[in-house]
Amino acid sequence: MMAWTRDEMAARAAKELEDGFYVNLGIGIPTLVANHVPESITVTLQSENGMLGIGPFPYAGEEDADLINAGKQTISELPQSAYFDSAQSFAMIRGGHIDLTVLGAMEVSQKGDIANWMIPGKMIKGMGGAMDLVAGVRKVIVVMEHLSKAGDPKFVPECTLPLTGRNVVNMIITDMAVFERSDRASLFRLTELAPGITAEDIANATTAAYLQ
Amino acid sequence: MANKLYDDAVSALEGLLFDGMTVMSGGFGLCGIPENLITALRDSGTKGLTFISNNAGVDDFGLGLLLKTHQVAKMISSYVGENKEFERQYLSGELQLEFNPQGTLAERIRAGGAGIPGFYTKTGVGTLVAEGKEHKEFGGETYILETGLVADVSIVKAWKADPYGNLVFRKTARNFNPMMATAGKVTVAEVEELVGPGEIDPDHIHTPGIFVQRLFVGKNYEKRIEQRTVRQAA
Repeated sequence: MMAWTRDEMAARAAKELEDGFYVNLGIGIPTLVANHVPESITVTLQSENGMLGIGPFPYAGEEDADLINAGKQTISELPQSAYFDSAQSFAMIRGGHIDLTVLGAMEVSQKGDIANWMIPGKMIKGMGGAMDLVAGVRKVIVVMEHLSKAGDPKFVPECTLPLTGRNVVNMIITDMAVFERSDRASLFRLTELAPGITAEDIANATTAAYLQ
Repeated sequence: MANKLYDDAVSALEGLLFDGMTVMSGGFGLCGIPENLITALRDSGTKGLTFISNNAGVDDFGLGLLLKTHQVAKMISSYVGENKEFERQYLSGELQLEFNPQGTLAERIRAGGAGIPGFYTKTGVGTLVAEGKEHKEFGGETYILETGLVADVSIVKAWKADPYGNLVFRKTARNFNPMMATAGKVTVAEVEELVGPGEIDPDHIHTPGIFVQRLFVGKNYEKRIEQRTVRQAA
């Protein structure tokens, strides 16, 4: 059985970018989306700690402790870059000014709920900006492995973990398939399969209800 | 005009600290944190602190220094994943924790400093964050009531200041510092550089001096980088 790599999943998410978009990318696979922006378009990446126009990693010796992304990685400036405080940053996010966000998840439900910030009694990292992003950004794409490390489906009828947001996800990209829905009242539809993956494989690896 | 200039962090905090007080501390991760003031607060031995800060530092730097000495009773934060000692103290019940979504935290502080006691947001609706909070519909969408936050003392870090307390921040080290400066009953700022009167273009001031009561030039900035990422030279 073949499936998409992390990089291929990021490349698939990058196909959703449009010229002129303002985009916020989460930590992990979503960050890789930045490597796949088509040369024919310009997108501006927002970092919720206070920057528009995230540039590439700096050259060795040019790292600046005052210039980091939301993953605390050193980055660089671009000609279109702008800095601002955290309240203004979330005015952009909550206020609907960001066109698209790509986030990781531990679970997504068939109704578009997402859980990605807490495992009770085990992990207490916190939600950071994720709850604001799913509440305010116009299109929310989740990129995640289809199965957990324990082999359990992550696209499920109801999330079992504490939610990050309710009915907020528009699209799911896993290592096995892509699911999309046209509006937030509909079920997701299975729209693409990774190479070597069949619809039956998806059915066997998914407990959520979805349209074929 | 009252003198806002102090020699160092210890003198700038004199008379402001008491056990059980609420402190806001600027920074995102280790970027833009008031290093000198955190160290002085640790050395003061002030206990039972409620700390409002987006993050909790790392084990041996930033707010991690105050966690190690058990001076913090409660944290209000959005993300604490970089601090193992924090996790240990929380899971063992030694430390109270209130998670706020990052944008809600920023807006609560902005509101507190602006004299706004509460506001409605759709962030967190349908999640643990919404439990026990007033819900209200606007235009067919559900929002929850969040309250403004203020502190007994705000400690912030800026790049430059003039003697009037006008502040300029640098790059992403700005983050929570400007809002926190507005929300402290007393705000103490540490800066890398003090410039003379009139040397900052009034159009370029990020935080006007009205929000800053005490000010000093910090020493020995470590400005630690959490994730050093670089690209190869072409």
